[in-house]
Amino acid sequence: MAKEIATEMGSSVEEVREEATGILEEMSQNLQLGFIRLMGYTVSKMSKRLFSSINVNMEGLNRLQQAIQEHPVILMPNHRSYADFLVISYILFTYDIPVPVIAAGSPLAGMKMVGEILRRSGAFFIRRAIGSDKLYWAVLSEYVKTIVRTGFAPVEFYVEGLRSRTLKSLTPKLGMMHMVLEPYFKGEVFDVTLVPISISYDRVLEESLLAHELLGVPKPKESTTGLLKATKVLQEDYGSMHVNFGRPLSVRHLCQGKINRCQYNLIPRDLPQKPTAEAQACVSWLAHLVVRIQEEGSLISPWSLMACLFLQAPTTVLTEEGLLWQQLTEKTLWLRKLALDFGARLNWPEKIPDLDVMASSVALHRSIVQRKAGRVYLVREEEPAGKRPISAEEGAFRTAAAVLMMASYRNQCLHLFVRPAMVATAIHIAKTTQRDKIFPFFFFLQDLFANEFIFIPGKSSQDFEEACFFLKKCAAIDVSQQEVTVSDAGQEVLSFLRALLKPFIDTYQVVFRYLCEDGVHSFSEKQSLPAVRNLATKLILSGELYTYEALSSDTQKNVLSALRRLEIVTKSRVSEQNEFRVNKDAVRRIGDMLSGKIPPQPLHGPPGTRL
Amino acid sequence: MASNSSGSSSDRQRIAQQRLRIIAGHLQRPEDGDSAVLSAECKGQVSKTDEEKTVPKRRQEIMKWNGWGYSDTKFLFNKKGQAEFTGKRYRLSGMIIPGLKDWMEGTFGANLQHKSPATPVLTSSAVQPPTINEAFVEEVKSTGIPFSHDAEDRVFRAHGHCLHEVFALREGKIGRVPDMVIWPNCHNDVVKIVELACKHNVCLMPFGGGTSVSSALECPPEETRSIVSLDTSQMNRILWIDEKNLTAHVEAGIVGQDLERLLNESGYCTGHEPDSMEFSSLGGWVATRASGMKKNIYGNIEDLVIHIKMVTPQGVIEKSCQGPRMSTGPDIHHFILGSEGTLGVVTEVTMKIRPMPEYQKYGSVVFPNFEQGVACLREVAKQRCAPASIRLMDNEQFKFGHALKPQVSSIFTSFLDGLKKLYITKFKGFDQDRLCVATLLFEGNREKVLQHEKQVYDIAAKFGGLAAGEDNGQRGYMLTFVIAYLRDLGMDYYVIGESFETSVPWDRVLDICRNVKARITRECKDRGVQFPPLSTCRVTQTYDAGACVYFYFAFNYRGLSEPVHVYEQVEHAAREEILANGGSLSHHHGVGKLRKEWMRDTVSSVGMGMLKSVKDYVDPQNIFGNRNLL
Repeated sequence: MAKEIATEMGSSVEEVREEATGILEEMSQNLQLGFIRLMGYTVSKMSKRLFSSINVNMEGLNRLQQAIQEHPVILMPNHRSYADFLVISYILFTYDIPVPVIAAGSPLAGMKMVGEILRRSGAFFIRRAIGSDKLYWAVLSEYVKTIVRTGFAPVEFYVEGLRSRTLKSLTPKLGMMHMVLEPYFKGEVFDVTLVPISISYDRVLEESLLAHELLGVPKPKESTTGLLKATKVLQEDYGSMHVNFGRPLSVRHLCQGKINRCQYNLIPRDLPQKPTAEAQACVSWLAHLVVRIQEEGSLISPWSLMACLFLQAPTTVLTEEGLLWQQLTEKTLWLRKLALDFGARLNWPEKIPDLDVMASSVALHRSIVQRKAGRVYLVREEEPAGKRPISAEEGAFRTAAAVLMMASYRNQCLHLFVRPAMVATAIHIAKTTQRDKIFPFFFFLQDLFANEFIFIPGKSSQDFEEACFFLKKCAAIDVSQQEVTVSDAGQEVLSFLRALLKPFIDTYQVVFRYLCEDGVHSFSEKQSLPAVRNLATKLILSGELYTYEALSSDTQKNVLSALRRLEIVTKSRVSEQNEFRVNKDAVRRIGDMLSGKIPPQPLHGPPGTRL
Repeated sequence: MASNSSGSSSDRQRIAQQRLRIIAGHLQRPEDGDSAVLSAECKGQVSKTDEEKTVPKRRQEIMKWNGWGYSDTKFLFNKKGQAEFTGKRYRLSGMIIPGLKDWMEGTFGANLQHKSPATPVLTSSAVQPPTINEAFVEEVKSTGIPFSHDAEDRVFRAHGHCLHEVFALREGKIGRVPDMVIWPNCHNDVVKIVELACKHNVCLMPFGGGTSVSSALECPPEETRSIVSLDTSQMNRILWIDEKNLTAHVEAGIVGQDLERLLNESGYCTGHEPDSMEFSSLGGWVATRASGMKKNIYGNIEDLVIHIKMVTPQGVIEKSCQGPRMSTGPDIHHFILGSEGTLGVVTEVTMKIRPMPEYQKYGSVVFPNFEQGVACLREVAKQRCAPASIRLMDNEQFKFGHALKPQVSSIFTSFLDGLKKLYITKFKGFDQDRLCVATLLFEGNREKVLQHEKQVYDIAAKFGGLAAGEDNGQRGYMLTFVIAYLRDLGMDYYVIGESFETSVPWDRVLDICRNVKARITRECKDRGVQFPPLSTCRVTQTYDAGACVYFYFAFNYRGLSEPVHVYEQVEHAAREEILANGGSLSHHHGVGKLRKEWMRDTVSSVGMGMLKSVKDYVDPQNIFGNRNLL
């Protein structure tokens, strides 16, 4: 391998070896138990301060303990906060389970002290955007595979790739996933066990930081001083943290019939190879499955349900008039029942009166909402020190920050509703009761929003059936062989569900509109985001657009990714700044399909097949 | 050099002595004198040499009808509950094996109280009456070639030794069997039989030693024609020995042990020793691409044959000369080697022979674990210094071998054994549950053997291996001959099992061993097998680029309603696992009907097409209709 790269780059083998060693040093972990003990102490101190409790499902831990004795284990937590990083190691350490080796982004390594601390607690660092650096890729994958093969410690990595700014699951990244699965594909281990872990927070440490990032305020570089400053965070109450260790998944079992392992017979196994389409599809499917299981394993808080309802009120009501407390609580209890019908894992304390539960949720989130005289208001950031009157744009920006914070909490339970919501939307837009007309629309929505929500590739009809089943269960619709009819009682459910999806549809339409504007021919991501934001702000201020969520750069980026996946937006120039070209007709067509002007046609390629 | 000249003079002496021995041999058997030169001539109708040959026409005279090997030889638990090996034929015969009972109980959860006895005798009524092609039979009669419609004769040729075949026999269940058995005495007889078969559209199934483990001898149930089993066992002469070129021309029905014994009488050997060599035949080796334990010195069957004569429906195929290598298009021998009786009958083979080795020495090495052992074998292969045979058993098989130690006669030896064990486990720190052992066989002249031995032990030492004595080595090899008898014992006590093999590149040896063993264990569990199975392997052959791996798999089937079905599912899964781990479909057992389903994936569709077109040309009527391979 070293030789191959050497000939490619025209440098000597020794140079390449040296470079590889350098990479390894930069990357590798240095797990020290003594250190972990110390960390254990600190973490426990810190978390006692921050969280009122950390809840762990013991049966999950027991299953994990069992699994670790059998095959190499890959821990796959979702990533919502920097706190995730330490908490799993801490839990495993406390319960006497081998502490994992963790894949972390390399910026963390750059922090003074902290980098070393993390290294010693078992983190290894990978560069973001490895792209085409062949040597780096080879060294990294060999490193990961060696850990899996020897199985001396579980490997932990975030399949979502990075922290979710929106608290919504992210489309899984497949590079790391492929590396940990390959030892099984190539027969180097009998099986690999995946353990999805769902971490749910009542309140996320970085909530306001994240909202601002979404609005385009750059993320502060991870630095030690930054972390120290963040200690003021420590003085606040963040409620509880819930860690759910999912059922261990046998890769061997899951991959049965999905991958032909003979494909690795003819080339030396240590030679890095581009994965075949079959392997890629299999890895992608597994990754999506894991994220879905993470979603299903996460605990939904009362606050998250309340956030759903809160956001469905017009924004002016929230900021000016306030929402009637009684109305909110009644509706929340109604939603609780719906959520339970849909099979949610709710974190609703039973012994405490319902009203108190909701009141304390609001109290915990006093940074976003405020309860005054029987009404609830959205809290906007305090006025900046300067006395000058704030402009309309700035006002919108401040409202948006609060809305986006709220939206993140809504997003925590979105996975529960998204499939039925798509059915509801499909019924509404398709304006028909015919099942075979509704399904194509559902399929179209899944395809278009595949970068927004997690759908397991190739499972659309099953998803559709399941969503219909839930809707039938709560008596919202009636389903026969050919027909899907809405019951009278179902209107409330369906309109709630539609409203849940609406901000996303609206945002997509805004981006489509921007792309179809005359001036836009080719653009880079850097240019387009502020431009879309300006357009959205304008539309909001003019009253044409209701949702402040259109300002979220995350959703905007997702639209672009979706269009790229559908090959409607294509890369026109590859350089430091990627430039894109857009097929306006296609964008317009999708926009029309989404608004129901034309019937849905199959988009290019099934969801999730492209990486 | 001095040693050189003295060596050549002693060589000359040795050659002279051998010549004398051969001539003497010929003189002792005047009746065979002319057959040694005139290959075309047949023997008389009544074979005069039957008493020296192992296999009579009526196999039932000496062999079991529903198990492995000789009727007089088997394992049993005597009245004291001790295992005993009966008969006089093997080194282990007549001995008590004290450890076997505990091992069987411990490994399988078997219990001496729970017996699953076989049907004692073959009832002729259980056998379907033969479908007779009268015209064919009439014409055969006129040729004078012996044949039989006897039920026993037919049942004996209807099966190999796959587990499901033997299990069915033990239950007295007889499926489709050949309708007639015919015993040609020479090449010309075979030519006549094949001509008649074509004329009367009769299905021919060649039968050699009957040791197949690939369902190759099973009669296709869909076959409606009369099936004739062509038993080559009476074509068993060495027709000539060519000392100048070191070749021997032999009829293909001869079984391994006779071939070696007869050649030994002349001071030669072929060195081809498959584990089944007591019963398997030369023709069978050719038809399945057999491999012998000592292939490192002598080569596999494809390296040993110089010339093959095969009778096909289109006529006789053979080469025109005996050149040691030819560039004349694809080697036609390779259409024959591995054809598994689908193209014709191999009647005569010219093989390489070698002077008998001057000196043989067994040996063994204990390794702390299997990984180290494999690394050592790999190194030995890399340095191309493999002894005649080198085999590495895993821990389970090591324990199995241990359980087969016969009762020792003196207190002194048992004391010594105890000391050895203490040394290895306590002093050297080997873990009893991880250590494994390699058995070795060296051959050649004494000096070279000793030198070679040292070289191999030096390599072993680098991988933590400790020399563990000749005895262990010898016992390891003896095991291969008695293990098939042991399966019959297991079947008396609800234990069924089988072996299967593969070949695999070096870098995958460890992975395949671990994964296949684990797969077997898991599949058994998933299918409701009550006790953990015995799932063990050994590396039995080394090559430059890989190794041959042999798996044993057995389990206690009490509580299962369809044990054979479960067994077959597990074996199927194990084969899938082998293929997924880069192993081959077979190293030397062949494909038969058991592994047919994987042939296309193994050789590609084009490859299948090539094989099919050969079959279509050579045998358009499908006279050789055993339906193996394709």
